[in-house]
Amino acid sequence: MTTIIKPARPRRTGPSRPAWEEEPGLAAKAGKAVLLCLVVLAVLGPLYTILLTSVSSQGTITQAGGLVLIPGEFSLDAYRQILNGGVVTRAVLVSVGVTVTGTLLSMVVSILCAYGLSRPGSFAHTPILFTLLITMFFSAGMIPSYLLVSGLGLINSYWALILPSAVSVFNIIILRGFFMGIDRGILDSARIDGASEWRILGQIVLPMSKAVTAVIALFYGVGYWNAFFNAVLYINDSSKNPLQVVLRSYVLQGVSVPGQIDVGQGVAPSLALQMAVIVIAMVPILMVYPFVQKHFTKGVMIGAVKG
Amino acid sequence: MTTTESIRRAQLAAHKHDDIASPPAPPPVRRKQGLKARFRRDRSLVLMALPVVVLLVVFAYIPLLGNVVAFQSYSPFIGIPASPWVGLENFARVFGDPNFWNAVRNTLVITGFQLVFFFPVPIALALLLNSLLRPAMRATIQAIVYLPHFFSWVLVVSVFQQLLGGAGLLSQMLRANGWSGMDIMTNPDTFLFLITSQAVWKDAGWGIIVFLAALAAIDPEQYEAAAVDGANRWRRMWHVTLPGLRSVIVLLLILRLGDALTVGFEQMILQRDAVGAEAAEVLDTFVYYTGIQNGDWSYAAAAGLIKGVISLGLILAANKVAHLFGENGVYSKS
Repeated sequence: MTTIIKPARPRRTGPSRPAWEEEPGLAAKAGKAVLLCLVVLAVLGPLYTILLTSVSSQGTITQAGGLVLIPGEFSLDAYRQILNGGVVTRAVLVSVGVTVTGTLLSMVVSILCAYGLSRPGSFAHTPILFTLLITMFFSAGMIPSYLLVSGLGLINSYWALILPSAVSVFNIIILRGFFMGIDRGILDSARIDGASEWRILGQIVLPMSKAVTAVIALFYGVGYWNAFFNAVLYINDSSKNPLQVVLRSYVLQGVSVPGQIDVGQGVAPSLALQMAVIVIAMVPILMVYPFVQKHFTKGVMIGAVKG
Repeated sequence: MTTTESIRRAQLAAHKHDDIASPPAPPPVRRKQGLKARFRRDRSLVLMALPVVVLLVVFAYIPLLGNVVAFQSYSPFIGIPASPWVGLENFARVFGDPNFWNAVRNTLVITGFQLVFFFPVPIALALLLNSLLRPAMRATIQAIVYLPHFFSWVLVVSVFQQLLGGAGLLSQMLRANGWSGMDIMTNPDTFLFLITSQAVWKDAGWGIIVFLAALAAIDPEQYEAAAVDGANRWRRMWHVTLPGLRSVIVLLLILRLGDALTVGFEQMILQRDAVGAEAAEVLDTFVYYTGIQNGDWSYAAAAGLIKGVISLGLILAANKVAHLFGENGVYSKS
């Protein structure tokens, strides 16, 4: 009796079509290609024209009558103007500071907590886990949260942008799931050799969890970088506004950028300036994304599977 | 609750019964030792979990108590202890307020609309990607469609304004060809389409992850057997692929219904002023404008509390329904 062993997944390992599958017709193939191109274009097209407009000279923009689709004269004036120490520069610094501090804090407390909860049966494991999980089913609401933050004296403090959103129970569950999947034998032998839990976490568990840690750090980092509404709620001092709030006022509400060259009162910011602010808000994400995105499916799904 | 959270919740739940992948749970530590001995052994683990517990107690549990202002006539100048109690007066006012009911109606209409026009998109996209044979091609397109998920709502709305706003690319092209421009960003009549296309642009790509995982879990032998039995492409999709996705679809659908009262809050607040409250006021923006903007704290807290309680009920009910469908739900009883 012969047994044909088939790999369970992935379903298709190479470009080869399984023998039983019929070759699609020409129309079907063309349709699929067009559809895929449309999808890719829908995502990348807007980004392309925004980036291009931000690096175009005023002349090219005037000629195009708005957003530039065909490259014309190249100019970095817009970036030079907004990064020369004005409002946008300060907002970038605020956002970078909040994002870096917040991500570090979130990662430290989340990794510690995930590891602390990774051994069912340990002291107070179940009550602590429940304390976390229950928060996924309710939220206190905007008004009580605002009253709390203001009661703690955090209005206009950068900590108001960090502490209330420092913990994501989902991220902890994913990390915990991954930690629980690590071979217990390794950890137990380290324990028998006298290693403390801190050392096991730092020298064995973390080095084995680089991918999932990177993905979770991206989730936290993106969360802090993109946060907009908590700044609207908790920050009244406009000099402390993060980039997303500045982006809103310059691009969506058309408030003019101080330090703009044409100092006409109440003139809407030039298109290139607006587009440059949009690009600056995208850049950190575009920089980190390629390195982390390949771990998404692996990191997140493995975490989820073992959750 | 955001879409991402729902998806991740679904992932957590959907894979509970994926026994091939989940390793056997580590054996529970024997409970021979007394509580004290166990504490001594595990105190570093407890210590590690402590910072998160403290943060959650302060920023998730304590604010719950703050909901008492919904039963007061709260004034920030005298504080909660000194503010007079008014019983259910605020709730009576909320229920009698046509603006509140407008917000409820808008919220439900948006949820319903997106259920029809957003929900199926990631499924279709996942099927399309899954039909690609070259892994490199697939990975590239995946990376591209995931990307907008990581942009902020401010950025997404800004991008849409540049494309569809009064001075945007669409109007620019219309004018160049002799038509008059149009401003989709401020038109209440097209608002539903606008916010749904924004949601699709931002999150439909990200939404395929969970469906791709479910597709990868379908045994290829089922396709082969179906093909041998003479099932064509469409019949295989109907009889093999869709049943393979059924549990994930049911789960996500139920979760979305459980979140029916929550629609992208930042997305709404960014566009409410441009479009007007008539079409764009949802429950969360209602709470924000009445409470924080107009300083009617107790009234807004009452509206928020109504929303919170109904949402909790919906989530629990949705989970119950998931169990009835034989799915695992958000939490399981194990």
